Amino acid sequence: MNEDLIVSGRMNPLIDPHLGVWEWQIPSYLFLGGLAAGILFFAGLFAVWNKEEQYPTAVRKAPILVPFILVLGLLFLFLDLKHKLYFWRLYTTIKLESPMSWGAWTLMAITPLSIVWAGLHIREFFPNWDWKFQWVKDGVNWLNKYKKEMAWAMMTLALILGVYTGILFSAFNARPLWNTSILGPLFLISGLSTGAASIVLLSKVKAERHMFARIDLGLIAVELFLIIHMFMGFNAGTQTKINAADLFMGGDFTAAFWVLVVGMGLVIPAILEILEMRDKKVPYAAAPVLVLIGGLILRFILAHAGQMSHWVMN
Amino acid sequence: MRYAMAVDSKKCVGCSDCVVACQTENNVPIGYARDWVREINHGIYPELHTELRSERCNHCDNAPCVRSCPTGASHYAEGGIVKVAEEKCIGCSACIISCPYDARYIHPKGYVDKCTFCDHRVKDGEDPACVAVCPTKCLYFGDLDDPNSEMSTLLRVRKYKTLIPEAGTDPQLYILV
Repeated sequence: MNEDLIVSGRMNPLIDPHLGVWEWQIPSYLFLGGLAAGILFFAGLFAVWNKEEQYPTAVRKAPILVPFILVLGLLFLFLDLKHKLYFWRLYTTIKLESPMSWGAWTLMAITPLSIVWAGLHIREFFPNWDWKFQWVKDGVNWLNKYKKEMAWAMMTLALILGVYTGILFSAFNARPLWNTSILGPLFLISGLSTGAASIVLLSKVKAERHMFARIDLGLIAVELFLIIHMFMGFNAGTQTKINAADLFMGGDFTAAFWVLVVGMGLVIPAILEILEMRDKKVPYAAAPVLVLIGGLILRFILAHAGQMSHWVMN
Repeated sequence: MRYAMAVDSKKCVGCSDCVVACQTENNVPIGYARDWVREINHGIYPELHTELRSERCNHCDNAPCVRSCPTGASHYAEGGIVKVAEEKCIGCSACIISCPYDARYIHPKGYVDKCTFCDHRVKDGEDPACVAVCPTKCLYFGDLDDPNSEMSTLLRVRKYKTLIPEAGTDPQLYILV
């Protein structure tokens, strides 16, 4: 029997009785960051492969949404800050040991890049778009010559952005649930999956939709493997890790995680995608919408559960 | 210079004077605390054992808060004291999340606040407020780099532990047991 209490009445807001300093802003941002990374990765990949004509939504159309997604995500990040007017301090230093510093600089590079890429393809949404000024037109023409290089940069930065959304959590050993190297790949794969899902939603080309549904199916399989692998790792770990896993195995988050994230967000969309591939009559929007909602809930649950997991005090 | 603090759990009576002294000395906003008293009860009645100890920031040698800070606001000051530079802090909470001891909080003004080992008193040769005020003299403060300091002697002769050393933080708050 071991009972542990703070008797002096420490009740620091957002710290006691358990941590709650990261509320809705961070998980929402992680979802948007992952989604943006997913879309940009596929845009870069298929542009590099010269498959632009085959997969126009992935390369040209979906990336036009990315600047809006990233700016919204940045707004959420800004809203999370409690000493807001000092946010520029992020850009007066580079701290290699701090994932948040990596994230801030990655966003600084990928956001303008995504805006340029969206500008190059603006006619997908507005066919009569006119840049008005000759010098802008010259600039666009000049940038068009370097599309391949931009695609490579986009792909690389998208991978860093996608992995970083997970490492932001996993770098904290004070929160045992997050402190697993699986979290980086898990959030990356989940981000790619939401990216693929949004391309399926936007695409009007049947072959493209099928291609991305197939990609998404593969990503869902990898994601399920990573989730199982993560819990196997926890349960083979120390008491601290077992306690962390218990939040999902009988604890507060059990029903929400296994029903909403694994069931509704992964297994059901996988079944729907298989059925669609076999030409059964399924509404094609159902699977991607579920994947997107599941990805959002995954991040909310992990953000909150992680803040509840802690070391055993000696 | 390596400042450290020791808490004699055999002498602590859990009066919370250290908490009030700190709140007064450092103008800690109402409802917040930089230090606190923990009571740990072991065993089953009638074989009970209670450990009382005053806790605060461990001023770790390998501080996760300093590592995770994206702007360098969290830093090591003179003598290994872990401090926050308010004018560099953006209030992102990464350091709060990174601390296994939950020793930090957001000050109502927005920046992150924590124990400073009362460095404003220490530089004048005084003890931190919590140490100075303790009625049972269960708190000790001193320089571990000086082999003749009271702190160094205590750690040579007394049995002690640190909190969650498994977290790899190399904490500098020693609990004498």
